[in-house]
Amino acid sequence: MVAYIIRRLLILPLVITGLFILIFGLYSLLDPYEKAGLYVRDITELKNRDINELIEQYGLNDPPWVQFFRWVSEVLHGNLGWSEVANRPVIDAFKRFLPQTVELALWSAIPIVLGGIWLGQLSAVKQNKPIDHASRVFAVVGWSLPTYVAGLLALFIFYGIFKWLPPGRLSTDVSLYVSLSGEFKMYTGIITLDAILNWNWWVFTDAARHLILPVLVLSYVSWALIMRVTRSSMLETLRQEYIMTARAKGLPEKVVIKRHARRNALLPVATIAGLTIAFLFNGLVITETIFDLPGLGRWAAEAARQFDIPSLLGYLLFNSFLIVIANLIVDILYAVIDPRVRLE
Amino acid sequence: MTILKKLLRNPLGLTGMVLIIFFGVVAILAPVLAPPKWPHQPYRIPRYGWSAEPKPPSREHPFGLASGQYDIFYGCVWGTRTAWFVSLVVVGLAAAIGITLGSVGAFFGGWLDELVMRITDIFYAFPFLAAAMTLASILGYGVWSAIIALVAFGWMGYARLIRSEVLRIREMDYVQAARALGVPTYRIILRHVLPNAIWPVFVQITMNMGSIVITFAALSFLGVGIPQGYADWGQMISYARDWIIGLRGNPLAYWYTFIFPGGAITLFCLAWNLVGDALRDILDPRLRGRITV
Repeated sequence: MVAYIIRRLLILPLVITGLFILIFGLYSLLDPYEKAGLYVRDITELKNRDINELIEQYGLNDPPWVQFFRWVSEVLHGNLGWSEVANRPVIDAFKRFLPQTVELALWSAIPIVLGGIWLGQLSAVKQNKPIDHASRVFAVVGWSLPTYVAGLLALFIFYGIFKWLPPGRLSTDVSLYVSLSGEFKMYTGIITLDAILNWNWWVFTDAARHLILPVLVLSYVSWALIMRVTRSSMLETLRQEYIMTARAKGLPEKVVIKRHARRNALLPVATIAGLTIAFLFNGLVITETIFDLPGLGRWAAEAARQFDIPSLLGYLLFNSFLIVIANLIVDILYAVIDPRVRLE
Repeated sequence: MTILKKLLRNPLGLTGMVLIIFFGVVAILAPVLAPPKWPHQPYRIPRYGWSAEPKPPSREHPFGLASGQYDIFYGCVWGTRTAWFVSLVVVGLAAAIGITLGSVGAFFGGWLDELVMRITDIFYAFPFLAAAMTLASILGYGVWSAIIALVAFGWMGYARLIRSEVLRIREMDYVQAARALGVPTYRIILRHVLPNAIWPVFVQITMNMGSIVITFAALSFLGVGIPQGYADWGQMISYARDWIIGLRGNPLAYWYTFIFPGGAITLFCLAWNLVGDALRDILDPRLRGRITV
């Protein structure tokens, strides 16, 4: 197993180099001003400057590989350029917008994973029964429903008609209390978590109320992915001989499914972790925009609208890193859980 | 032929096919259903004023006017053409690139295969929407910049799929026989391997049609891909965005701004996904002979 993990770790630098090369490919499509924007820590460095001077200063006429290594070393030193949209360096924009995204992503991950697995299992166990058809239709509609349609529909119903669940991060009075009263200490920037740490029920419920709709929308559009994999893997497992043995022993169906089938059926589900995260990122861009949550996704959407390339490249780099790391962790865990992988 | 018959016998597949035909007819008849105001720029939605407030459906404007007085009916009808055009072009190009790379890699094996697969892995590390958003933003306004962005980050699924199929088929006896008879490699690939490996790709294509339209419309919803006033569902939905709340005492006041374009895109994607699901059940040998929905 150690050999497998080492081999897997050795691929990592290759993949990361590939990521850098690909993003550098996008970089090479830029004009000199935009390229220069990737090197500065303050936009005033670029104001009223002659373009030839900038090309000279940042070496934009150097051969591509020289530029590549210069850019990579800047990135590794945490300098990702200036974000026009956030009006601060890209790296600071990350610090500012990350907590909201982490909050939304973590809260959504729970229903997405548990709900998707539950639906898939339900529909596999009741294969070809009405409940199977119903849950498959439910999932395929969610899969076909674009996030922005689902989000606007949810706002239309729960905010427009019933006035229950408003968009935004916090209500105005709560928001003023949190930012101005001085009684509320920000530990992590994740409001729900900070509210618990401050032992403030009022802030917590308000933050949670604002999270319900985005979490629901993100979950609904993401369920189909996990549900499909769980369903087909569960069907495959239920046809195995050891399941027949378990049933022949007279074990109750519940035990057969929970103890015997589910454990093995869930292995392939773990392999789509990277895909799920990528899908979640796509959803976050739209959800944060619609529900007006100040996270990384909304920042990136705003950057795309205003052609703020340094922010976009930074966001892309960050996302792809997370996906690569997630896939690595899954592969290693897989080797720990499943002996067949180690032996290959 | 039998596949089509099976597809039409499946209730969900039939629903999908009917919807696809409906959207096809709307796209073909667009100039009749909604005659363009400017024949040289049929994708420009006509405006009937400049007011920000939407106007409810009327005799002249059956779906009403969106914010900015854009005709919603016109936008939805010509948006159908945009959706077809974008999805066909993107899926066609992505499938062509993916099939070429994947089958070449699988057939020749060795370092070429390794290289193709590692490149695929790297492209897979990018979330589709964020990557497309970035490239489209770099390329600037225009339908083609969105199309290029979607193709650039959308071909990998085809490469992986065709590769695994080709690897499976390459080892089959009849391919070995063809090779023993001295059939040239390109002919083996084109005549013997690809036609048998293409079916799963076909399913993938149908499933992809819907998701491409979703992502393209997401770009225009965010304001990245296409210019203002272009007939596209995503843009129509973004016009509705500020008006979903309605008025005091009448929360449904502006329902038409959102329901028509939102419904159109959802039904379009649903249609392709239903057909894709049904096709997969029909073509998957492991599921063959059982009742499928």
